[in-house]
Amino acid sequence: MKNKRTELKVQAIRTGTVIDHIQAENTYRVFTMLNLEKSTDHVYFGTNLESKKLGKKGIIKISNKFFEPEEISKIALVAPHATLIEIRDYEIIKKQQVELPREVHNIVKCVNPKCVTNNQEVPTQFKIIRDHHGKLKLLCRYCEKTMSMSDVQFL
Amino acid sequence: MNRLKNRSLVSITDYGKEEILKVLDIAEGFEENQRQKILSDYVIASLFFEPSTRTRLSFESAVHYLGGSIIGFASADTSSVRKGESLKDTILTVSNYSDLIVMRNPLDGSARFASEVSPVPIINAGDGANQHPTQCLLDLYSIRKTQGTLENLQIALVGDLKYGRTVHSLVQALSLFGATFHLVSPESLKLPSGVKKWIKDAGLEYFQYTELADVIPFADIIYMTRIQGERFPDPMEYEKVKNAYVLENKMLEKSKESLRILHPLPRVNEISEDVDDNPKAYYFQQAKNGVYVRQALIAAILGLKE
Ligand SMILES: [Zn+2]
Repeated sequence: MKNKRTELKVQAIRTGTVIDHIQAENTYRVFTMLNLEKSTDHVYFGTNLESKKLGKKGIIKISNKFFEPEEISKIALVAPHATLIEIRDYEIIKKQQVELPREVHNIVKCVNPKCVTNNQEVPTQFKIIRDHHGKLKLLCRYCEKTMSMSDVQFL
Repeated sequence: MNRLKNRSLVSITDYGKEEILKVLDIAEGFEENQRQKILSDYVIASLFFEPSTRTRLSFESAVHYLGGSIIGFASADTSSVRKGESLKDTILTVSNYSDLIVMRNPLDGSARFASEVSPVPIINAGDGANQHPTQCLLDLYSIRKTQGTLENLQIALVGDLKYGRTVHSLVQALSLFGATFHLVSPESLKLPSGVKKWIKDAGLEYFQYTELADVIPFADIIYMTRIQGERFPDPMEYEKVKNAYVLENKMLEKSKESLRILHPLPRVNEISEDVDDNPKAYYFQQAKNGVYVRQALIAAILGLKE
């Protein structure tokens, strides 16, 4: 019953993608990262919805949009638990868990102002690693500095 | 098979144990016979986008002893870089004129990028605060030469362990050889946790100290570094520690006979001059070893020694 009511809070879409199971506090970040404020299609945004898995979750529904692998990598960085649901004519045609890539190419900016990638025409490249506390970090291929997910700025 | 041939050296971590030992072995050959004119048909480019006289002279000396020719610039002021040429364009142009490029550049990661665009191998002579692998190799050479081995040594690292990139590289490299690390620094300049993780991941131990005197009796190597005032957010903090680690000759009385003192130079006042005549002082010889090591690297990368 509860699930059903949650669904109803955010309107259904005919064709497009639902990003479900975003950690509530990161919902807005996913929204801005994907430049959805500039979208001319219908975008529904919901956050602080109840979730068994996450406690509080966010959902974003975007009409007429299917994500490219590069965009899915970006989503995975900010919302590693997210599920993508692709819908055509109100039917779910695909449901997938986002997967954290091993490397990200040219989608994130290096936090180090002295890094060559911030001073020359160099596409950025990061390895996704875990530190000794198990926290996700990005390791710059060039300056060899690591940055926390909270420092991530997208290009 | 020569695993070093045509390969750039950007970070010390590009080399495993085998590659490190190979370079040190070749360097030994140059220490025995420094004037081997094996480079007479070769042109080496030395691109110093920021001045670093010692490192540059050491490389130039290495090339001259090998009978090679050297071209390049000693600071970005006199080069086309000043006119706004990109690093990529400079590298692509100079690679037409040379067989190997030695590069120093103030941008972190510039050497990795240069190695990706360059058709000729690059030797990183320092990229900003990031890496300075030839310094690390000459440190390793000096340690092996004075101790007879790189395995299982008691290594004391003293001073600025937070920002000192030579210390970080040395820890990474010595972690391949089973060292025990004794880390002496002010509270505010401790070794970063990422570097400590290297030690742990290698299954090795480290101990942290604030007093230099505590490590002197058992160290095989004391590696001194400069503490730079500008690193401190609070000048009062700097005043408290600036003279905390001054090694004086009388402090060495209870040290091991085999102890050697290293320093990447230049020193300011971390090692008092009365230490210089002690046979345990090794920092000037260490700088000399840099020439053998650079000869070895250039020769190995050009495929002239293996
Ligand atoms: Zn970087």
